[in-house]
Amino acid sequence: MDEIDRTIIRELQYGFPITDSPFAEVASRLGLSEAELLDRITRLREDNTLTRFGPMYQIERLGGAFSLAAMSVPAEAFDQIAEIVNQLPEIAHNYERNHELNMWFVIATESVEGVSEVVDKLEQLTGYKVFNMPKLEEYYVGLFFDL
Amino acid sequence: MTNITTSSDELTPPQEIALKSLIEDGLPLVTHPYQQLAETIGSSESAVIQTIRSWLDDGLIKRWGIVVKHHSVGYTHNAMVVWDVPNHQVDEIGERIKASGLVSLCYRRPRRLPHWPYNLFCMIHGKNREAVMAQIERLINDIGLQHLSRDVLFSYKQYKQCGGHFLRRSVTPFSTSGHRTQHG
Repeated sequence: MDEIDRTIIRELQYGFPITDSPFAEVASRLGLSEAELLDRITRLREDNTLTRFGPMYQIERLGGAFSLAAMSVPAEAFDQIAEIVNQLPEIAHNYERNHELNMWFVIATESVEGVSEVVDKLEQLTGYKVFNMPKLEEYYVGLFFDL
Repeated sequence: MTNITTSSDELTPPQEIALKSLIEDGLPLVTHPYQQLAETIGSSESAVIQTIRSWLDDGLIKRWGIVVKHHSVGYTHNAMVVWDVPNHQVDEIGERIKASGLVSLCYRRPRRLPHWPYNLFCMIHGKNREAVMAQIERLINDIGLQHLSRDVLFSYKQYKQCGGHFLRRSVTPFSTSGHRTQHG
């Protein structure tokens, strides 16, 4: 990733035009040719620097649900339990964190009932209690990078 | 009726469903991406453009464009900062944290007593641990949160990160399998 790539990401993280020639529009703002911009975005997408190029949906509006959940897992069992948890396709992130509750993961499901089904399934598969902490209120979502 | 629209410039319900699913796979990386989407679902380009704009306006789409992998742009550290806020103050403090511009995410979640007394969750991302700690200090001082009980949970390892797919389709809903990278 070079300085031009960083400039492109910095520009695009705040949104993308919804017009007939959006790449040409962005390219002219950045002083690039449209072809170069497209090549670079394609490469950044292929090497997974950009994990997606499209919509971030308000998941509840599509009938789905997100939740954050945590477990307290002994250190010696951690890798094995992480493997079991991550096998479920509904687990979107999983981090080890420094707390008695040391495994934190996001559950993403296509239906609201799906979350508690995943929680039950995880408790059965692992034998550990799952603390489910669904969001009650969203104050802010805006992950912008200072590149 | 003050709005005059022609039927050819609105998507049918099946076309809307098809478009929602198509764009979740990503915008075509071509000169006229909305035209290409329109051809795929058999509509006009202007209907696609109007529809996506309306989804953004009404909040079905929260953000439109790129999603960046934290690690690849140098944001290798993240902390989950959690607070025990009296119930009647959560909304007010949540709004003040939002206005500070110092966090990437801020949610109210339920406590799980006695194991977990915290009900306000923030995420802070940074290029190193010191930067994240400095940001947390600023947040505490700027908003005046010294009196609240809190905890800071750094991540040691990331075991899995992948973008979610939410619309039903025939293939597996998640494209990235679980992987493990050293983290923080």
